[in-house]
Amino acid sequence: MSLFRRFSRNRRYDDISVSIQEHLDERVDELMEEGLPRDAAERAARRDFGNVPLLRERSREAWQWQRIESLLMDLKHVFRRLGRSPGFAVTVILTLAIGIGANTAVFSVLNSVLLRPLPYPEPDQLVSLRLSAPGAPGLSEFRDELRLSPSMYFTFATHNRVFQSLGVWNPGSASITGFAQPEQVDTAQISGGILETLNVPAFAGEWLTAADQDSHGLGRVMLSYGYWQRRYGADPNVVGRTIRVNSQPRVIAGVMPRGFKLLNYDFDLLVPLALDPVKEQLAGFGFHGIARLRPGVLIPQANADIATLLNVWMDSWTNGPGSDPHFYLNWRITPALQPLKETVVGSIQTVLWVVMGTIGLVMLIACTNVANLLLVRADARQQELAVRSALGAGQWRIARELLLESVTLGLLGGAVGVGVAYIGLRVLTAIGPGQLPRLSEISLDFWSIAFTLLLSVLSGLFFGIIPVLRYLPSRHRPTLLGAMRTSSVSRERQRGRSILVTAQVAMALVLLIGAALMIRSFLAMHNVDPGFSGPTSLQVMRLSIPATLVPDPTSTLRMQHTILDQLAAIPGVSSVGFAASVPMSGAEPGWDEILIEGKNYEGESPPMRLYNFVSPGYFHTAGTRFIAGRDFTWPEIDSVHPVGILSESLARELFGSPRAAIGKRFREFESSPWHEVVGVVQDVHENGVDQVSPATVYWPSLDADPSAPAKVSTWRNLYFAIRTNRAGTQSLINEMQHAVWSVNANLPVTAISTMQDIFGQSMARTSFTLVMLAIAGAMALALGILGIYGVISYAVSQRTREIGIRMALGAKRSELVWMFVRSALLLTGVGIVVGLGASAALMHLMRTLLFEISPLDPITFATVPIALVAAAAMASYLPARRTAAIDPVEALRAE
Amino acid sequence: MAKNPEHRDLFPGALEIMILQSLRLKPMHGYGLVKHIKQVSDNLLQVEEGSLYPALQRMLREGLLDSREGISAKGRPTRIYELTDAGVRHLEREVVSFERMFAGFSRVLAAAKA
Repeated sequence: MSLFRRFSRNRRYDDISVSIQEHLDERVDELMEEGLPRDAAERAARRDFGNVPLLRERSREAWQWQRIESLLMDLKHVFRRLGRSPGFAVTVILTLAIGIGANTAVFSVLNSVLLRPLPYPEPDQLVSLRLSAPGAPGLSEFRDELRLSPSMYFTFATHNRVFQSLGVWNPGSASITGFAQPEQVDTAQISGGILETLNVPAFAGEWLTAADQDSHGLGRVMLSYGYWQRRYGADPNVVGRTIRVNSQPRVIAGVMPRGFKLLNYDFDLLVPLALDPVKEQLAGFGFHGIARLRPGVLIPQANADIATLLNVWMDSWTNGPGSDPHFYLNWRITPALQPLKETVVGSIQTVLWVVMGTIGLVMLIACTNVANLLLVRADARQQELAVRSALGAGQWRIARELLLESVTLGLLGGAVGVGVAYIGLRVLTAIGPGQLPRLSEISLDFWSIAFTLLLSVLSGLFFGIIPVLRYLPSRHRPTLLGAMRTSSVSRERQRGRSILVTAQVAMALVLLIGAALMIRSFLAMHNVDPGFSGPTSLQVMRLSIPATLVPDPTSTLRMQHTILDQLAAIPGVSSVGFAASVPMSGAEPGWDEILIEGKNYEGESPPMRLYNFVSPGYFHTAGTRFIAGRDFTWPEIDSVHPVGILSESLARELFGSPRAAIGKRFREFESSPWHEVVGVVQDVHENGVDQVSPATVYWPSLDADPSAPAKVSTWRNLYFAIRTNRAGTQSLINEMQHAVWSVNANLPVTAISTMQDIFGQSMARTSFTLVMLAIAGAMALALGILGIYGVISYAVSQRTREIGIRMALGAKRSELVWMFVRSALLLTGVGIVVGLGASAALMHLMRTLLFEISPLDPITFATVPIALVAAAAMASYLPARRTAAIDPVEALRAE
Repeated sequence: MAKNPEHRDLFPGALEIMILQSLRLKPMHGYGLVKHIKQVSDNLLQVEEGSLYPALQRMLREGLLDSREGISAKGRPTRIYELTDAGVRHLEREVVSFERMFAGFSRVLAAAKA
């Protein structure tokens, strides 16, 4: 209420008082003129006027918003009543605070990740340029998309009629020198069109231009806001300065604003891809593509346009002389564009909806518990309500008061719940599961608060309406008399609570089955042999030697070998090795086919295989077992001897058995030298234990360049694996860094972690879902047990007299205990039947989250109900046992 | 709250009309209104204080009346009520509708007699 209204209202009140006072005075004067003495006149005047304060109040009411004032009055009563039973109030408010807080937190995550638009202008126009290639053998089983090749980018960018702009990009890394210590930073290599598509203006300076994309020049770079802050201390004059990227000086064109990411990728540096159309071929499917649709264009139209352009692409490019450009028809490449948001959000969508549903269910259970408490409370007030009703209080008036109390409780719980949610979100973003996209965008915004408010009011109404329906005094049910003297609680009265408890058991069962399925999935994932062993004692670091620093491949290999020797010399290190990719790191060094000796490939395309490039000792260090044959040797590598190692599944596919593969020969192109299979290693789950392990070819890290066999090539971006019990300690990390710097002080080291961390990251989605479901399941179980306990102990206390009579008539104590336990088990049984039905219907929603476990897993569906029955028996036995302590004489005398 | 059983309760709206009609003659304070109505109606009608002041406030709120500080006949500070333009219009409308009602009322009474 504004100050003005208040002020004017007070003036009105004064006016009324003055008027009435003058009225009385004038009347007194008149009466005195008629001859009455003053005191008699005053008495008469007042008597004639009536009740002065009441009249004043009535007159004032004209200026009041009457409903609100009387609501405020009721509210005052509500608080007074709650204050009188602080235990009840605190229990209810805390229960609700946790329930509402958890819901608000999960909703905020859901809202920020799934519902809120992407933080780019006109985000609805943004699509990711996905292609699917169901006919590309090897690749399609391992990945559900075909990435773009540079030649596709050129074709699409030149000829499309549906996009305002499009571009391709790739995550990468680069070493930055020229500061106190060399540093490896995350880069995003972008083609022209990427910045135009996302359309977020530079924070300082300007975007990269077409000139920066010239493959003959050394284009400028852009900084991320975070890197600008961290490395340049937010120096405003940074634009135009040079930065040494991979030992080359590059000019800084600008700084992107705070929070700008490439989809989910949080880069330090934007580097132009500088693709050269002259050098590009059809192949090179390694790039992510994004595009901005023209206004009004829909995805199906864009798909159709890209489908035509794929033919243009095959007509206009080649894979070199002698190759058939229409070979890719076999791959059945089709456009599968999707809204960019779906790409950003990814598979987390299911997880979040499942968690939201779970937490919502917990809230429902919490509400039923509160409703139960309110029923007991209303029981105690029944007589008061009956008296008030008899004195003329309307039904609605009493219902309003009861509902006001429950809604107030709901709102108080919601207010505390916002605090709970705030803390929960802080914790979540701090420990955040790394795979949760848009983590940094998560916040409590207007919608979260609105959601909380709505949830508070609705839950208040929900658990408030139950006692209202139950106890609203009606003319047909006189409750004023006799209610307190019934010898036993009426069945009808007990029934409300029984239904609530049954519902609780059913909901708890659903949550527990969900949690149990996740636990079984988690265990199943842990039972999978990932293709390496002892991840806790396996230290991993990434190191790349840019060609600008050491141009010659042989010298590069020598430097890598020296670093390996330095690392091996660290105390406590038992073995070392390196590879172009370690499992679950997300690095995919390459995909291509191999041709095996003696097989005619006329008219068919061999499947795509994953390539990796390894040093001798890598498999031993990682704990990847040899099924047959042996490892590479350093002399083989140094002399560029053509050898190779295959994964077990690949060896079986090509040669029937791992043993048969040894000694056979294969190559990448017709022109490349034959490589002899010297070893076969177990399958490695490159993309996580829940993913298929791809057929993999391991090449020596220094090898003849497959496209130009006269030259050698080496892999420059490596993961070093170090087997030691000191893995994960800071002292080891320091020693590793010094070992590297002792070889070359310009080499930055990054991504230092134990294999266990990488492993854990790959399980993050499952463990996140598991933890959330387990928490929800535990809460549901606790609340459900509390509900059963409450109902039985209340029934025992209400039926004391009945128990006394039964005992007096000769009932055995054990029979009485059983009577209560049986009633609890009956409720549980009904709840379980309902819950099993609901679970069977709901669990298929979790199908994609489960691993090697059916959503209707019989073991889970059998054991969880048994456990629940046991818990219910326990929860009812404890209060029921109290009947044994009842003295029949005392019981009969009760009341 | 009828203090005098001789006086019948007025029908709804009658008090408002009387107040408005009285104030149309000249602005008055509360006690003046009571006296005026009593006088004009030859003691047949008596306004009860219990209804008068709430009614005045209601009409103030609805904008039919205005109040200002003033001095009573005996020289005491009080509030003087006067009609606003909206009050005048309201009164005219009400009077028309009352007259119609009375006409109907008396016809029914006449028919009953016949």
